[in-house]
Amino acid sequence: MCHCYGNFSTGIDSESFQTCLSKGGGFHFPSCHILSICGFRILFDVPLDLSALTIFSPIPNDFDNLDEENCGCLESDKHRTLETTTLNARNLVYAEPCYKTVKNLHLWNASFIDVVLISSPMGMLGLPYLTRMKGFSAKIYVTEATAKLGKLMMEDLVSSHMEYKRFYGDKESVCPQGMKFEELDQLPPTLKEIALGKDGEDLGGWMPLYSAVDVNDCLKKVQTLKYLEETCYNGTLIIKAVSSGAEIGACNWAINSPKGDIAFITSSIFLSGHAMDFDYHALKGNDLILYSDFTFMHAMDDLDSGFNSAPVTDSIRSLASADISEERDKLAFVCSCAVDSVKNGGSVLIPIDRLGLILQLLEEISTALDYSNMKVPIYFISSVAKELLAFTNVIPEWLCTERQEKLFSGEPSFAHAELIKQKKLHVFPAIYSPELLMNWQEPCVVFCPNWSLRLGPVVHLLQRWCIDRNSLLVLENGIDAQLALSPYKPMEMKVLQCSFFSGISLNKVQPLLKILQPKIVAFPEDLRQISFQESTPFSILHYSENETLAIPNLKSSELEIPMELATQFHFKKLKQEHINVTRVKGELLVSNGKHQLISETKQADQLKCRPVLCWGSPSTDTLLAALSERGISGTVEGDTVDLEGENVSVVHVHEPNRACIKIGVAITVVTTADEDLAGRISDAIYSVLDNA
Amino acid sequence: MAIDCLILGAGQEVGKSCVVVSINGKRIMFDCGMHMGYLDHRRYPDFSRIPNYDQGRSSGSAFDHAIDCIIITHFHLDHVGALPYFTEVCGYRGPIYMTYPTKALSPLMLEDYRKVMVERRGEEEQFTSDHIAECMKKVIAVDLKQTIQVDKDLQIRAYYAGHVLGAAMFYAKVGDSAILYTGDYNMTPDRHLGAAQIDRLHLDLVISESTYATTIRDSKYSREREFLKAVHECISGGGKVLIPTFALGRAQELCILLEDYWERMNLKVPIYFSAGLTIQANMYYKMLISWTSQRIKETYSTHNAFDFKHVKDFERSMIDAPGPCVLFATPGMISGGFSLEVFKHWAPSEKNLITLPGYCVAGTIGHKLMSGKPSKIDLDKDTSVDVRCQIHQLSFSPHTDAKGIMDLIKFLSPKHVILVHGEKPKMATLKGRIQSELGIHCYDPANNETVSIPSTQYVKAVASDAFARSCLNPNFKFLKSSSGNGLQVTDERVSDGILVLEKSQKPKVMQQDELLLMLGENEHKVEHSCCFPVHIGNIESSERSSTGFWLRLFSARLSDEISAGIIVQDFEGHIQVESFHLSICLKDSCSHRITDDSQNKSESVFCCCTWSVEDEKIAWKIISTMKNFNLNPGQQDASNN
Repeated sequence: MCHCYGNFSTGIDSESFQTCLSKGGGFHFPSCHILSICGFRILFDVPLDLSALTIFSPIPNDFDNLDEENCGCLESDKHRTLETTTLNARNLVYAEPCYKTVKNLHLWNASFIDVVLISSPMGMLGLPYLTRMKGFSAKIYVTEATAKLGKLMMEDLVSSHMEYKRFYGDKESVCPQGMKFEELDQLPPTLKEIALGKDGEDLGGWMPLYSAVDVNDCLKKVQTLKYLEETCYNGTLIIKAVSSGAEIGACNWAINSPKGDIAFITSSIFLSGHAMDFDYHALKGNDLILYSDFTFMHAMDDLDSGFNSAPVTDSIRSLASADISEERDKLAFVCSCAVDSVKNGGSVLIPIDRLGLILQLLEEISTALDYSNMKVPIYFISSVAKELLAFTNVIPEWLCTERQEKLFSGEPSFAHAELIKQKKLHVFPAIYSPELLMNWQEPCVVFCPNWSLRLGPVVHLLQRWCIDRNSLLVLENGIDAQLALSPYKPMEMKVLQCSFFSGISLNKVQPLLKILQPKIVAFPEDLRQISFQESTPFSILHYSENETLAIPNLKSSELEIPMELATQFHFKKLKQEHINVTRVKGELLVSNGKHQLISETKQADQLKCRPVLCWGSPSTDTLLAALSERGISGTVEGDTVDLEGENVSVVHVHEPNRACIKIGVAITVVTTADEDLAGRISDAIYSVLDNA
Repeated sequence: MAIDCLILGAGQEVGKSCVVVSINGKRIMFDCGMHMGYLDHRRYPDFSRIPNYDQGRSSGSAFDHAIDCIIITHFHLDHVGALPYFTEVCGYRGPIYMTYPTKALSPLMLEDYRKVMVERRGEEEQFTSDHIAECMKKVIAVDLKQTIQVDKDLQIRAYYAGHVLGAAMFYAKVGDSAILYTGDYNMTPDRHLGAAQIDRLHLDLVISESTYATTIRDSKYSREREFLKAVHECISGGGKVLIPTFALGRAQELCILLEDYWERMNLKVPIYFSAGLTIQANMYYKMLISWTSQRIKETYSTHNAFDFKHVKDFERSMIDAPGPCVLFATPGMISGGFSLEVFKHWAPSEKNLITLPGYCVAGTIGHKLMSGKPSKIDLDKDTSVDVRCQIHQLSFSPHTDAKGIMDLIKFLSPKHVILVHGEKPKMATLKGRIQSELGIHCYDPANNETVSIPSTQYVKAVASDAFARSCLNPNFKFLKSSSGNGLQVTDERVSDGILVLEKSQKPKVMQQDELLLMLGENEHKVEHSCCFPVHIGNIESSERSSTGFWLRLFSARLSDEISAGIIVQDFEGHIQVESFHLSICLKDSCSHRITDDSQNKSESVFCCCTWSVEDEKIAWKIISTMKNFNLNPGQQDASNN
């Protein structure tokens, strides 16, 4: 006989772990986690910190427009004064930009990651770095819409970077790692902190940009999902993307495993003006919620008051509808500012990257312009603008209810197709497109994504308009405006910086959890200071960046046995009368996160026939009775002591053949040379013992 | 528990598809269609047959308690036509599910039908425009593959079905039982749609359409060429082509085909769409492009395939205008409306061409044209039309053929199959094939019959940690196969498990050691032993007193003779087969020796054996082999004979 033990699955860990690799920084830089469950390691999101781009100088020929004295660069300028607190262009790193990735991710061996879950297009921007690593073989799940938008964003990034290189020449890329220590040391404190982090550890996260080929290879490795589509990883984990409302295609994740059900909640927006709403109903009843919405850290309101300001009794719906009307007011305000600028002969520059904002502002601004009878062109300049707009009108399934209603009444989801037809909106791939030059009119409204103000058409347009006090620049919140605008000084343009909703505000956390009814919630450490008003029906864990949190066992495993198989089992009633037992028979099928028993397809040679587990101890009297029932007679020899010093009763059998039964405390030995007799004696012994 | 399927429509016929399925206490209506061939009460399914339908009548909602949800597979009238009647007239207020395209396009079909019935035929209307709008408000749109939780126990999911834009097969699961209702589907991709796609599901039942239960179709391309040739010949002869279609589906498919051909052949002859309806429909197709075929999907950002360049609107005044043209007119099958009006004008000229779909419902003019080649068609008792034009029947169809049905059912391997939406004799043939070739129970019920099949249920047992852990690791066991030379591999992961039923507690599965712990008992082993002599004769050998010599000899013999899946292991000092343990006993008196053998001790070697009861069969087999042991196998054979 030969037993062979194989450990094919790594799922033997009894505990689950979670490690937060990065808290991220707002809408464009989502957080990043690793969760270990059932022995599988799941990575959530691979973002890029594009705000760090601001330490680089925009394309060099900008400096032609600047004052003579400002025209310096790192290499030549020995007299840079460290004491200058106001940033200006010459403080910036004068080199081809590098990109800041999640540094802690580099500490993990890429080949140990089993699953990557991408929650939003922003959470995908660093993915090509990971997928091109040697040994990387994880399964990557992304919603269809996120995959498409992420692809467009990465392609735009690559093409903007290429454009930069074309202007800049093929000079070698200088990553902060490649910079000399003195150079880094000479950076002003703000820049130094971005480049190095608090204690220099961020330095390892800087990377030169990936190539278009890397992006393509990365996308080939991605498996796309619909919202609420269940996919099964390795027969064990059932993974489902659930709409988060933050962006078209953005999602939270529900993971069902034999060890428990987990919901991963990232930045979510209850009611959206474009994307499908936060579908929190689909996250109900999970054992654990991994709460990873860090927007509260960037929100203005005070943590504690925000958390407790709303009575828990307020419904999520009413809280959310208050939010959406506030959001509409903000958009309306942006529009009115834009109209004012245009009226004064100025142009409006909107370097916003959030697709939802672009789509809504396109509609609202053109309506506002029409309303005030202003006939100025709207331009959307981006290498992917055309594809982006075409895409948004063929994905009604991914949009909010109002946009879906448009489908059912036969209208396009967004008005931009109509605006293009009416020649109110013009879409160009680049600022130097011949069509653009032919078409250009000022004043105008320009949408040109790149909120860091370092790449793409926005650089040229800012240089052109920064001295025009009638023009308007609309910025998103979450960027250091002083640093971002430092290369464009003196800045005469009006600057409007708006904060838009990008996650769950604290007043909604409690009502939300009340609906979701988890057993455990893992909150970021930064939320520890807030207290729950009432005792919670769930327990709370706290995690912090780069520390591993052990998650207790969430649920017991289950084995499913088909009724028709279960009825074939022979149950035995034990002497503990309320208990019936039977040995499990069948083949194990592990699929869809379930352990199921199926009836054996091929019968193994039936050589074993008896139960294998007995307990209790037979008394000689009952055994003799059981033997005589089977036509066997014997005599008790009485207690003797065997070689090991234990008490042994011996029964000698004479009829129908000779046999000897030695009954010990833990073992009974039957000695006979008669096969038939041996069988009958075994029967008798089993009848007086409990067995299974 | 059983799954009951009440066939309210499309039982042994095509038309008014409607199946009401009860699974584990939930009742789902799949499709709610109307029959195009009838104008009386037979056009709708007989909803009064739904079990318990009037229980809620007192509260004014006759069907709300009877049905948990309605699922519509696609926008064809024989699948959705009775829905506004059922919701607005019969008063069903529960949830209705359909895909996004079906929700967007169904109202167009329903409105078109309503107009034909009321405005042209002057019939009393069965439902109004408002009814249609109100009905559609109750519809919940779903995307493909989404797992939708209708309520705590009922889960549904849509799969791509081809056929028409947005057509879906629906999977429904209640508790442990699951079924698939296919609606109409196509297993091969066409010009504008992909082929049906499905996961490998565990299903108790598949309810499949069977329009082409016995037909096997070859490639579509030759038939598309025939169609284009017929159209081209007609227009080059100055004739007019009438293509009666429904507003959606076939119209777009043929239009893509014609656009393509017009482009290639540089044709300038106008292609018209009757009324604004179909042009508006193209708008929907453009937005729903992600539901079309891969090829069309990929090119939408440069050119949306449903932006037809050659297509223009048609005005009634143009019916008798001179010159060639191609006209798409509704409704299909020429059952009335504008296509009938144009038919009256164009049919008498032999220059003209009328194309007919592959399938026409009995009672329509299309059906009359298809059966034989009539020279005259009576419209009603006063009017008749001379038919001199050419008739071309489109032989490509968006339905799967028999091979496709068999392929799908084989792939899914459900426990039962019900065939609907087909013609009785052909369905019987297909049913026979499914039963004989696939060994799956198959039914082809007629309308208003109920089919009951057993449903799957699982006992859910809590698995102890130790058992769950042992389940994670394969525990392979290799046995020599008794039948052949191959190795038999079994996975013994579960056989250590014991199912425990305790009163008023969930069933538990635990490992046997845990059972003892739970009961507070100790294991009691039962072993057998036997020490017996093996006759070796009087041989002279220097090795005869060496135990090693005998063990090697016995083990070699046992390996030869015990074939039944046993692996004999020869250890230093003993032989082991499973729990059977054999060693050479040199003691003069052994406690396991029972028999007083009179055999000469000098001609015997004693073998002392122990084994557990579970291996008793093999143990006795070995013992008997050993007792018959003969140094010379040849002699043994002789003595046996």
